Amino acid sequence: MIVHGEAWTIKELFTLPNEYIYWSIQIVMYPFMTGLVAGAFVLSSLYHVFGVEKLKEIARFSLVFSFALLPVAMMPLMLHLQQPFRGIHVLMTPHFTSAISAFGIVFLTYASIVATEIWLVYRKYFVQTAQSLMAKQNRSMVDNGRMMIFQALTLGARDISPEAVEKDHKACKIMAGIGIPVACFLHGYAGFIFGSVKANALWMTPLMPVIFICSAVVSGVALCILTYVIVQEIRKYMARSKMARWATDADAPNAEELESTKHTEVMISSNYLLYFMIAAMTLEILDLIFRGYTQVKSWDILREVIMERDFTKIFILQYFIGNLVPFIMMSLPGRTVRRTTIATVLVLFGVFMMRYNVVIGGQAFSLSFSGFMDYHLPIIPHDLETFKEGLFGALTVIATPFILFYFINMFIPAFLKEESTH
Amino acid sequence: MLGLVVDKSTNIVLFVYQNFTTVFISFVSVTILMWQEGGRVKSHVWRPLYVVIAFVAALLLFRFFYVPNDFGSGKRGFMYSYHRLSNEAEWKNQPAKYSTSGRERMHEYCSACHGDVVKVRTEKLHGIIPCENCHGPAFQHPEKPEKLTIDRSRGLCLRCHTNLPYATSERHRIPGVDPKTHNTGMECVKCHNPHNPSLEGMK
Amino acid sequence: MERLEFLQKCILVIVGASVPVSALTLIDPKKVFAKNPDIQWAFLVDTNKCVGCGFCVKACKTENDVPFEANVSRTWVERYVYTKDDKRYVDSPKAALNGFPESRIDLGRGEYKEIDKTNVGKAFFVPKLCNHCSSPACTQVCPVGATYKTDDGVVLVDRTWCIGCGYCIMACPYAARFFHPITKVVDKCTFCYHRLSKGLDSACVNACPFKARRMGNIHDKNDPITKIIMNERVGVLKDEFGTKPQAFYIGLAQEVR
Repeated sequence: MIVHGEAWTIKELFTLPNEYIYWSIQIVMYPFMTGLVAGAFVLSSLYHVFGVEKLKEIARFSLVFSFALLPVAMMPLMLHLQQPFRGIHVLMTPHFTSAISAFGIVFLTYASIVATEIWLVYRKYFVQTAQSLMAKQNRSMVDNGRMMIFQALTLGARDISPEAVEKDHKACKIMAGIGIPVACFLHGYAGFIFGSVKANALWMTPLMPVIFICSAVVSGVALCILTYVIVQEIRKYMARSKMARWATDADAPNAEELESTKHTEVMISSNYLLYFMIAAMTLEILDLIFRGYTQVKSWDILREVIMERDFTKIFILQYFIGNLVPFIMMSLPGRTVRRTTIATVLVLFGVFMMRYNVVIGGQAFSLSFSGFMDYHLPIIPHDLETFKEGLFGALTVIATPFILFYFINMFIPAFLKEESTH
Repeated sequence: MLGLVVDKSTNIVLFVYQNFTTVFISFVSVTILMWQEGGRVKSHVWRPLYVVIAFVAALLLFRFFYVPNDFGSGKRGFMYSYHRLSNEAEWKNQPAKYSTSGRERMHEYCSACHGDVVKVRTEKLHGIIPCENCHGPAFQHPEKPEKLTIDRSRGLCLRCHTNLPYATSERHRIPGVDPKTHNTGMECVKCHNPHNPSLEGMK
Repeated sequence: MERLEFLQKCILVIVGASVPVSALTLIDPKKVFAKNPDIQWAFLVDTNKCVGCGFCVKACKTENDVPFEANVSRTWVERYVYTKDDKRYVDSPKAALNGFPESRIDLGRGEYKEIDKTNVGKAFFVPKLCNHCSSPACTQVCPVGATYKTDDGVVLVDRTWCIGCGYCIMACPYAARFFHPITKVVDKCTFCYHRLSKGLDSACVNACPFKARRMGNIHDKNDPITKIIMNERVGVLKDEFGTKPQAFYIGLAQEVR
C-alpha cells in the first residue's frame, strides 16, 4: 500500500517514518501561477494608475490575460487536495489564523477587482457590440447568443456618452490603484504560507513574503512581454495575409505599425522587469548570506542540501540561467526585441526554479536533520494520484490559461483600437 | 493583551460571517439607502459592486445551509481550538478494540475464564506482557471474537529476544539469541513455554 | 439627504437587524465546557526503560485502523547507536512495527550498516508520538478548523471536515502527522481519545510491558505521573519552537532531535 507522497519520494539515511514530500509539483505550480496573475496585473496598473502612456497596448493585453490566469490559480490547489470536493470549506469556515484561509477571501476580492476593471475598460465596447447586434436584421443563432451575452455584460449601463466613459476611466484608475496592494497581498500571503512555518528550517524567514512578491512581479511582467510579442507576431502575419476579420477593416493596423508598437512597449516593460529582478535577486541572496553567516542548528543539513545536493538546481539553473544571464542580456547596450524575448523565457524558467527550490528544497531534508528526501516527478502516470501530481498535471495547469484566453478574447478582445485616451 | 484583541476581533468577524441574515439585511438596506441618496452614487460605475454583493449573498446563503451550526472555539481560543464541536463526541464514541490486560489488570478481564494461565503468568517473568500483545485485541471477547488468535511466529518473540549489543539500554538485561543461528526456521514455542518461560521448564 | 444622516441611517439599520438574530446565536462555549472536570492529559516516556520491542506500534496500528502495510504510523520508536569512533546512527525500520529484529542499521535505499558489537558505545531507544502541544502549530495553520485542541488537552482531527491540504503536516515540527491512505484525510495520534473516555488506557500505554509509556492528568497534583513530571528531571522535544509539548521524556539525550 503506497501512502500519499511515497510514490515520488526516495528517503535516504534517517527520516522520520511519516515524512514524505507531501507538497509536490502542484504546490510549485500554485505560487508560480498566482505570481503570473499578480505580475500581469501590476504591469497593467503601470498604465492605468501611473499613466505610462507607452504601455497602453500591453497593459490592456495583460489585464485580459490576468483574467484568463485567475481560474487557473485555483487549479493546482484542487488537483493537490486529498479531498478536492471539500475545497469550498476554505470559504465556509475560514480559520483566519491560517495563511491558506486568506486564499478564499483574497482570491475572490482580487477576482472582483480585475473583473470590475475589465468591465470599466470594455463597457463601451460591450454596449457598442450589443447595439450593433440588436440593430442587425436576420440574426443567426450564434448572433442571438452573442447578443444576449453582450447585453448581459453591459449590466444595463447603456450610456456611452463622453461623460459616462470619463466616469469609467476615473473609476478604472481607482480600481487599478486598489488592485495593486490586493495583488501584492495575493502573492504576499503565498510567501507567508511558507515563511511562517517555523518547523521548516529552509522556509522560515520573514523575507519570504517580500521575495515572493518581487519574483511574482518579475514572472508576470516577463510572461506578458513574451505572450505579447508572440501575439503581435501572429497579428503581423494576419495583417499581411489579411486573414482575420479585423485585418480587412480600412483602419486596421498594418504590419509595420504593429512592429513599431511592439518594439516600444517591449522596451519600456523590460525596464520595469529589470528593476524588479534586481529587488528579487537581492533579497534571495541576502537570505542565503544570513543563513550561511549565522549557522544555526539547521545549517549543517541546509548547507548540504543547498551547496551539494541541489547545487545545480539552485546556482546553475535558478541563479545563473534564470537570473544572471537574462539580466546581462537585457542590460547590454543594443537591446533588441528578440534578445528581450529570449531573456523573458529564461526569466520565467528562473522564477519557476525558484518556486521549485523553495517548495521541494524545503522538503529535501528531514526534520531529524539526519536524512534526505529526493523528489522524483512522476512522468508516466499509473494512477490518478501520479497524474494529478505528476508532469501531466503540471502541463495541464500551464496550458489552461492559453486555452481560456482564446475563449475570453472572443468577448473581451485584448487588442482593441480605441480613440480616446485618459 | 494583543492576543485578547486578536481573539475579540476574530470573534466579531466570525460573528458577522456566521450570521448570514444580519449581513444580508444590512447589505440590502445599504443598497436601498444608496439609491435614495443622490445622483453621485447613482452612477453606473457601482454596478459591478452590486454583482459582487449578490455573489457574496449567494455564498452566505449556501453557507447557512451547508455548514453545521456547532462551529466554535474551545478553551484554547480561536487560534488553537476552532472546530465543529460535535466532533469530540464522535471521537469518544469510536469503539475500542483492546481491553486492558497489563499485569495489574489482566486478572480483572481474563482470569474469569483463564484463571490458571493468569495465575502462572502474573508470577513469572512474562507477566509484564499484556495478554493481548500475543493474543490480539479482546475488548468484546468472548462475544466477538469467540476465539482469540495465538501468534506463534518467531518474529513475535524476537522483538525482545534478539540479542542487541546495547549495554546502556534496558535491552541488555533481556536474555537474547542471534536469530540467524538459533534454531532457524523453527517456532520458538516448540521448545519455550511463553506463559512460563523459565529455562528449567523447557521441553 | 446629508451624508451624516445617511451614515446614521445605515448604522441604525445594521444594528436593528443584528439584535433579533444575535439573541439566538450568541452561545458562550466556555459555559458548556465548564461542566467537565478539569483534565489536561499529559504523556510520560521513560527512555531508560524502552527496549525497542515495538508492541506499542503494533497495538496503536491495530487499535486505530492504520494499515500495517502502510509506511506511516501514529507512533514509532527510534534507535540511536553511537559508536566508539564517534559516529551516530539512527533508524526506525517500518516505524519499529516489528521491533528491531536486526542489529544492522537501516540506512534507507536498501542499504544497511553493520556495526561491530565491540564498537558500540551508547545506544538507546526513543519512542515518539504526537506531543499534543499546548500551543500547537498544527491547529494554528489549519485553514478550515478541522484540527483542534480539546479542552482536556488532546489534539484531534475532524475527519469529515479536513480538506487534505497538508499544511498541518508541514507545520508539525515532530512529523507526528500523515495522510491516512484509506480515509484520505490527515491522521495522527489521538491519545486514544475513544479509550480515555471509557476509562481505558491508550493502546500504546496498555501494550508496553516495561512501563516506558504512561499517561496522566497533569492538572491533578496527586496523579503519580504528574508527581514525576513535577519532581524529577524531565525534558521535551524541540522546545525551541515554543509549541509547549505535553509529552515529557525521562532520560532524553541532547542528541535526540
